[in-house]
Amino acid sequence: MELVVAISVGVVFGAGIWLILRPRTFQLITGLMLMSYAVNLFIFAMGRLWVNRPPITPDPGIDPTQFADPLPQALVLTAIVIGFATTALYLVIMIGARGLTGSDHVDGEEPRE
Amino acid sequence: MLLFSLILVPFAGSLIAALMPEDARNREAWLAAGVTLYGLFVAASLYPEIAAGEVHRHEFQWLPAQGLDFVLRVDGLAWVFTMLVLAIGLLVVLYARYYMSPSDPVPRFFSFLLAFMGSMLGVVLSGNLVQLVVFWELTSLTSFLLIAYWHHRADARRGARMAFTVTATGGLCLMAGVLVLGHIAGSYDLDVVLASGDLIRAHDLYMVALVLIALGALTKSAQFPFHFWLPHAMAAPTPVSSYLHSATMVKAGVFLLVRLWPALAGTPEWTWIIGGAGVCTLLIGAFAAIFQHDLKGLLAYSTISHLGLITVLIGIGTPLAMVAAIFHILNHATFKASLFMAAGIIDHETGTRDMRILRGLRHKLPITATLAIVAGAAMAGVPLLNGFLSKEMFFSEALLVGSERNWWMSMAAVAMGTFSVAYSLRFIAIFFGPLATDLPREPHEPPRWMRFPVELLVLTCLVVGVMPAISIGPVLDVAVHATLGANTPHYDLAVWHGFNLPLLMSVVALIGGVLFYIVLRARFNLNAREHTPLIYRFNGAQTYETVMLRLTSGAEWLLKRLGTTRLQPQLLLMMIAMMGVPLLLAGMPQHWTIIPRQDADPLFAAIWIIGCACAVAGAWMAKYHRLAALTLVGGTGIITAATFLWLSAPDLALTQLMVETVTTVLILLGLRWLPPRIAPKELELATPRRAWLHRSRDLTVAVAGGLAMAALTYAVLIHPASDTISSFFLLRALGEGGGSNVVNVLLVDFRSFDTLGEVTVLSIVALTVYALLRRFRPAAESAGIPAQQRHEIDPASRQTPAEQANSGYLMVAGIYLRLLLPFLGVIAVYFFMRGHNLPGGGFVAGLIFAVAILVQYMLAGAVWVENHLRLRPHRWLAFGLVLACITGLGAWLFGHPFLTTHTAHVSLPLLGDLHLPSAFVFDLGVFTAVVGTTMLILVALAHQSVRAHRLPGDEPADTGRRAS
Repeated sequence: MELVVAISVGVVFGAGIWLILRPRTFQLITGLMLMSYAVNLFIFAMGRLWVNRPPITPDPGIDPTQFADPLPQALVLTAIVIGFATTALYLVIMIGARGLTGSDHVDGEEPRE
Repeated sequence: MLLFSLILVPFAGSLIAALMPEDARNREAWLAAGVTLYGLFVAASLYPEIAAGEVHRHEFQWLPAQGLDFVLRVDGLAWVFTMLVLAIGLLVVLYARYYMSPSDPVPRFFSFLLAFMGSMLGVVLSGNLVQLVVFWELTSLTSFLLIAYWHHRADARRGARMAFTVTATGGLCLMAGVLVLGHIAGSYDLDVVLASGDLIRAHDLYMVALVLIALGALTKSAQFPFHFWLPHAMAAPTPVSSYLHSATMVKAGVFLLVRLWPALAGTPEWTWIIGGAGVCTLLIGAFAAIFQHDLKGLLAYSTISHLGLITVLIGIGTPLAMVAAIFHILNHATFKASLFMAAGIIDHETGTRDMRILRGLRHKLPITATLAIVAGAAMAGVPLLNGFLSKEMFFSEALLVGSERNWWMSMAAVAMGTFSVAYSLRFIAIFFGPLATDLPREPHEPPRWMRFPVELLVLTCLVVGVMPAISIGPVLDVAVHATLGANTPHYDLAVWHGFNLPLLMSVVALIGGVLFYIVLRARFNLNAREHTPLIYRFNGAQTYETVMLRLTSGAEWLLKRLGTTRLQPQLLLMMIAMMGVPLLLAGMPQHWTIIPRQDADPLFAAIWIIGCACAVAGAWMAKYHRLAALTLVGGTGIITAATFLWLSAPDLALTQLMVETVTTVLILLGLRWLPPRIAPKELELATPRRAWLHRSRDLTVAVAGGLAMAALTYAVLIHPASDTISSFFLLRALGEGGGSNVVNVLLVDFRSFDTLGEVTVLSIVALTVYALLRRFRPAAESAGIPAQQRHEIDPASRQTPAEQANSGYLMVAGIYLRLLLPFLGVIAVYFFMRGHNLPGGGFVAGLIFAVAILVQYMLAGAVWVENHLRLRPHRWLAFGLVLACITGLGAWLFGHPFLTTHTAHVSLPLLGDLHLPSAFVFDLGVFTAVVGTTMLILVALAHQSVRAHRLPGDEPADTGRRAS
């Protein structure tokens, strides 16, 4: 289980790195999306892996070691929503820059070569 | 508090002055005069206390963690300087009222002047060295603004920049010096520092502190080799010059030296550094002053020389020399302020300050001429005027320096005396002879009140010169006692000391000066000289400009070599640093405790094979097949959501799923505005070698980054979790938060302030997107209808989206999706209501509701939906934020901190007993804000398609038809 999660995070993150180093704005935005999946999963995994132990407490007298860690979950939930907002902002800047400069290169101009 | 108002009121006045209308010259002047009078009144009321030798202190907490307090401290020295700053300030305000022309923007002038006054008082009254440096830099800044007042003139800008660069750089040195001094003394408090003089002088770092502080003081007081900025600062309006360069700005440097005298002086280093700079300055200034053609230029160099004189006295550092220094600070302030003002009157009345043109002005300006001549005589050190007294003291101190055989200091003193008589003669020569005929303006006496400050100052020169002991004696005594304390020597402020060596030196200087001037006029044709002889080659200003130029071009060179505006290299560096830096910083853990690993579920492994394949394929496709790439990336997103669900995070899974949906729609809306891109293979183009090189480099980085991330994740996962605060939340969520879904309780109760911030960020992003899109101009080739929608075979090309859904090929889907709206609404409410106890909550519900409406947009187009459904995303957004804030503020009513949850128990007839925590209302705010945000972003994007068709060149009939 651990190995699967670790490899997945690595692959998705690597694909994200490759994409954000590309010259086109659309590649950048997809790269950022992939990276945010990987990073969210990574932060989430900091609470370790729990199967069928959601942090929903039926009564007050429970044993906290028997539940998944709610703290990284709350943080990641925030991160997902903020990630959506930044993606939206980036998208608008992307199409705005394309309209303004006529190019979809990340620097706003085609490379000189 | 009274003391604090002394500093606060000028700054407040500055703010008010800045807000006044352009033409309010009189009101501005009254305001500034009122502020100054208030200050004078407060300062004067402190006199009895100060005269009794007390030190008035007032402290505020400033940075208690750093051991810094905001200390205001008045002793005799500070009091005398306060009076000087305020009294000359008042006269300058009065003078400026008449000097400034109606076309000058006066609010700016008085605003800057008052701010400068406040900063200067701050320097003088600081009882804490760090605080003193802050005000010190403020005086640099405000004097920059004042010198550059006529910023349309290039010389004013240049002069201001030069003055600022030199004095502010000195200020930074001073800051460093003060830190060293504070380190030695163990405190930045002035009283502590002043009391630990012996400790400081014996310390290893004494030399460092001395040099740094001397740099600060010498730059400020325009001492050699930093004196060059002062003549250039003469581009300022004359009231500014007469204020800054007689009584305040340049006096700050010598004030600091006097202030720190008990702590730093008394060593050979002190005498050599301070005294040496002073001697050079005094000779160079006095000599250069003779050869100026500009009235203000002459006064500027004379100021430099007189400051040099004061610095020499401080450098000599004996108690009697300090008395002379303080005395000369006061005397110089009075006669130099009046001379600057007189120069301003002459400039104002004749239209020129060129001494080669000005002649015989006493015929037209008899009163001003008399005043200027008396002040000029004081500057030259003529007996029965105040300048004579302090100069006499200087001569007698100069005699004491060195031994019987070493007369160089006395020589320098007499030379300086001679020069100053010569330049004073040059100055007053403009009043004699026949009246100049080629003046730009016909001169006449200035307004009564413009001359009044000069009259008052000249009268002071006379009174002090004739009866020093009665007039200035007590004031001087207060300042001297405060500085020297127990070392105060016996001194005698008499006009007549009998025939002695200093008197002889004065006589020699007077006669020598007159002769020197006559020789210069007769033999050297003074008026035709372009440069100052001998020393014009040592041009400080030129050196300064060269250094600045070199610095700028050096910075440009560095920026070109090391900097880039291109994104890719920056990101590449960042990625490499992200992998490299932690490796360098982190070490191997001491001992590895490995927890037993869980068995991998084959299904879980299988879905991640799909997830990874999607990610890699998406990366592969992103350049030439955007839609495919988007779909593939979405696939990874779905697998991520599934993982959350699998690993006990149902809330995350729900949120991820909804966000995934909305993001995909969002990017689909954006794709239309990107340029087409066709793979070079299809165009049969070869990829250049360089591109392959770049790609292999990036691939290496990507693989390395992925491996690093995987290794890190694995390393963490096989270790036991450390003790965190999570169990706190798990144990209290139900009991104290009133909900069993701990993640939701965390979001809306324990960490609700964080959530409020997050919702605010969301709203800001939505509004930014909206604002950016209002200015959006698509590229020319993507402005029209896309080729796919133009094809005649497609029925969509002949119908609006609404027609397609109502009667066209989308009819079945249309009925079904419209029916979906109420169901989705109910589902949103359901997820919202149960959120506190089961997976769900405001975020998820908001996203579901937004998707429900989004579906309608996708089906029938923006025009149809907005004709049938009045949505105002802005209001949703505002309402949500207000609701969340009000819920938070409600806690204050019950005396709890912001956002404390309060649970109400209500009993309703049909539903029975209900727990209604205020977190519920907060979550409602979150829900509303999320709906508003999502709608605003998506609708703003969708509207671009409707708008874009309205571009010129498109058929008007098509308008709005193809809104998607």
